[in-house]
Amino acid sequence: MGSNLPLFPEAASTIAPDVDHLALFLLAVAAFFSVLIFATIFYFAIRYRRRSERELPHEQHGGMTLEILWSVIPFGITMVMFTWGASLYFKESRPPDNALPIYVVGKQWMWKIEHIQGQREINELHIPVGRPVRLTMTSEDVIHSFFVPAFRTKSDVVPGKYSTEWFTATKPGKYHLFCAEYCGNRHSGMIGWIYAMEPQDYENWLNSNPPPSTMAESGSKLFNGMGCPACHKPDGSGRCPSLVGLFGSTVHLADGRSIVADEGYIRESIVQPQAKIVAGYGSLMPTYQGQVTEEDLVQLVEYIKWLGDKSEGKKPFPGTQGEPLAIPDLRGK
Amino acid sequence: MITTAVQEREHYLNESYGIKSWLLTKDHKRIALLYLFTVTFFFFLGGAFATMIRVELLTPQGNFVSNDTYNKLFTMHGVAMIFFFLIPSIPATLGNFFLPMMIGARDLAFPRINLLSWYLLVIGGLFALFAMLAGGVDTGWTFYTPYSTTYSNSWVIATAIGIFVAGFSSILTGLNFIVTVHRMRAPGMTWSRLPLFVWSNYATALIQVLGTPVLAVTIILLFCERVFHIGIFDPALGGDPVLFQHLFWFYSHPAVYIMVLPAMGVISEVVSVFSRKRVFGYHFVAYASLAIAVLGFLVWGHHLFVATQSVYAGLVFSFLSYFVAIPSAIKVFNWTATLYKGSISFATPMLYAFGFIGLFTIGGLTGLFLAALGFDVHVTDTYFVVAHFHYIMVGGTIMAYMGGLHYWWPKMTGRMYPEGWAKLSALVVFLGFNLTFFPQFILGYMGMPRRYHVYPDEFQVLHVLSTAGASVLAVGYLLPMIYFVWSLKYGAIAPANPWGASGLEWKTQSPPPLHNFDETPVVTEEAYDYSSVIGEEIQVG
Repeated sequence: MGSNLPLFPEAASTIAPDVDHLALFLLAVAAFFSVLIFATIFYFAIRYRRRSERELPHEQHGGMTLEILWSVIPFGITMVMFTWGASLYFKESRPPDNALPIYVVGKQWMWKIEHIQGQREINELHIPVGRPVRLTMTSEDVIHSFFVPAFRTKSDVVPGKYSTEWFTATKPGKYHLFCAEYCGNRHSGMIGWIYAMEPQDYENWLNSNPPPSTMAESGSKLFNGMGCPACHKPDGSGRCPSLVGLFGSTVHLADGRSIVADEGYIRESIVQPQAKIVAGYGSLMPTYQGQVTEEDLVQLVEYIKWLGDKSEGKKPFPGTQGEPLAIPDLRGK
Repeated sequence: MITTAVQEREHYLNESYGIKSWLLTKDHKRIALLYLFTVTFFFFLGGAFATMIRVELLTPQGNFVSNDTYNKLFTMHGVAMIFFFLIPSIPATLGNFFLPMMIGARDLAFPRINLLSWYLLVIGGLFALFAMLAGGVDTGWTFYTPYSTTYSNSWVIATAIGIFVAGFSSILTGLNFIVTVHRMRAPGMTWSRLPLFVWSNYATALIQVLGTPVLAVTIILLFCERVFHIGIFDPALGGDPVLFQHLFWFYSHPAVYIMVLPAMGVISEVVSVFSRKRVFGYHFVAYASLAIAVLGFLVWGHHLFVATQSVYAGLVFSFLSYFVAIPSAIKVFNWTATLYKGSISFATPMLYAFGFIGLFTIGGLTGLFLAALGFDVHVTDTYFVVAHFHYIMVGGTIMAYMGGLHYWWPKMTGRMYPEGWAKLSALVVFLGFNLTFFPQFILGYMGMPRRYHVYPDEFQVLHVLSTAGASVLAVGYLLPMIYFVWSLKYGAIAPANPWGASGLEWKTQSPPPLHNFDETPVVTEEAYDYSSVIGEEIQVG
């Protein structure tokens, strides 16, 4: 047990001070109204205490002005809370474009993490300080929630879909990672540590844990192994749409809708291909629900993201140091 | 002398004897007492679970019970307290007893349905008890899917059936209240003359009737998926787990108002009587109840700010949540203004009412914190939320329930409770409550997640404070249990109107005769008019 009594959590992300400022504002308003009400009640209770059993006070007639005042003033204050809270929420919900992508798969009762360079971690996440990090998260079983108090952020991790969470660590250090959504027997054991490191230390950490392949490479192996290229030909001549340049582009669907191809769309198109059919194509693709694990899926997603890069052909697989990577099975087939 | 005369007078307690005269009674007052026994049982059961939770949390390690048992304890604590204590508590006991009396009626509109609704609560309660004894349930009282439908190996279905059945008890009580208020008011009892306790129970009844069926539907869907593997919520079966949260909170958020609106009604009565003044802004307080009932249905999404709900949905639900704050604030300001130039007595019910206003204010203000989207992301699913809703449900509803029990005890039993002990209990409850739950706000902001069996060392000091507070709180709740029972035999004989109150329930004997009034009262004045009462009271006292 710590000798001192901590009353305020460490603030170690760019968002954390914003949340703390909002918290202090809310606290100030709450303290003001609490004191106002308590003091008034206390004063009235003493000042107008019953002095004799026969006492009959004069009726006070309610005033419309007073009622309107104590409705409108609190409403105005709550609208400040609403606007402040909402603008912060928008900030928390929109990862910057340059954020470092990392994938998280939750299961009872552990956090499985994969970096795009291919490093894997369990219940630990190493990140560089000063760079936005964007987590793409899903669960293999029940709902979990990825909560880092020092970063003041959390998001539920829901089976069957991707959720995202982002933060920029500001201080190197070791911070709690908690599962915040009750997930069964060892819920309170589904915890871990975030290691925020100076960029150079982070590079060193990456290099000291060289993985056999990057996520996109692993994804391309899966892609070929599952026979995807038979239909998804890169030049668009196959029975299914080409996936080159897909990620981040606008897709026109057979039902007339248009959507932007993001991670969630790619995942859904693999496990539930009938949900969104691309205009001009039939519903040929079988479902892969239950045939690919969530960990495989994130690798496939990362590979298709890589295919989506418009400057493709020049850009190496992420994590490799410049040498272009051949994927012979795909090209020119 | 007079005492013997009072004792020999026939009233609802002595007009017939025997177990059948209670189990087959159609008298709303006896049914209210049946409810009182039932919910008191579940209150102490839920309290026992809470005690074990607090003992476990004394130390960071899980060394009192296993993690499995711990998960069952907090689940059963929530189930017992919410579905079998808080929801029926004030409406089914104090409401059942006094709503007809306050409008000058002989009984509720449907006495048989009233008895049926008590049986439904008991049957539902037995299912839940069976589940607890057979091995317990570990899903949390929120039953989130797919954990509850696919992964939990505990007695989910038995518990869910219990809640389903108890829900019909709630619906029938609500229906009975609505019809009674519309059809059974005494001559002259216009809507503007209704006591505010009646208004708030009426608003509550609307939620019970409109909201509870959604809970029933949700439980049926949960049943279909868990038993028949029909994919509704589990993505592995083609369902959407977040859909469950929408359905669950569509009932369970309004359910918070089922718990707190009747409490507000009690406070309006008590504040008025013990300051001998008409409730300030009567119409605003009355309509605020209806506003809360309606708006309460529009804010369920604020439980899903981090549950992958769309950002824009979050925006709308945050905005609407702030609207609910206004009618609640109106009530608090009007109660405070009622005290102004009043004649304020510090009798026990008033002490509980002061406690209610203080704790409900803190609970309500911290609700504003949680409605602020960017703040909620950090504290949702932490002890901040636990502290917030305990301030509303325990600090609000139970304080008011205790206040109401003390206030109406003389009428219900014909005996006075011991005032000194009762004042002590109010004080002990207030102090114990704050010591238990205030540290949990800090714990939550520090990042302590809820439903954790083991926790990091740095949270221990605050947990120890909380557990210490819980022990004080337990004493505060046991005291009334003892002196209430004691008072049945040894308490002073209660006069018809010991407080100088103006409501119709005080214009008949204590305890009331079987049909409440010897002759149907005729109402000629507004509620809370003390000018005529004070003279009478002096004769009695």
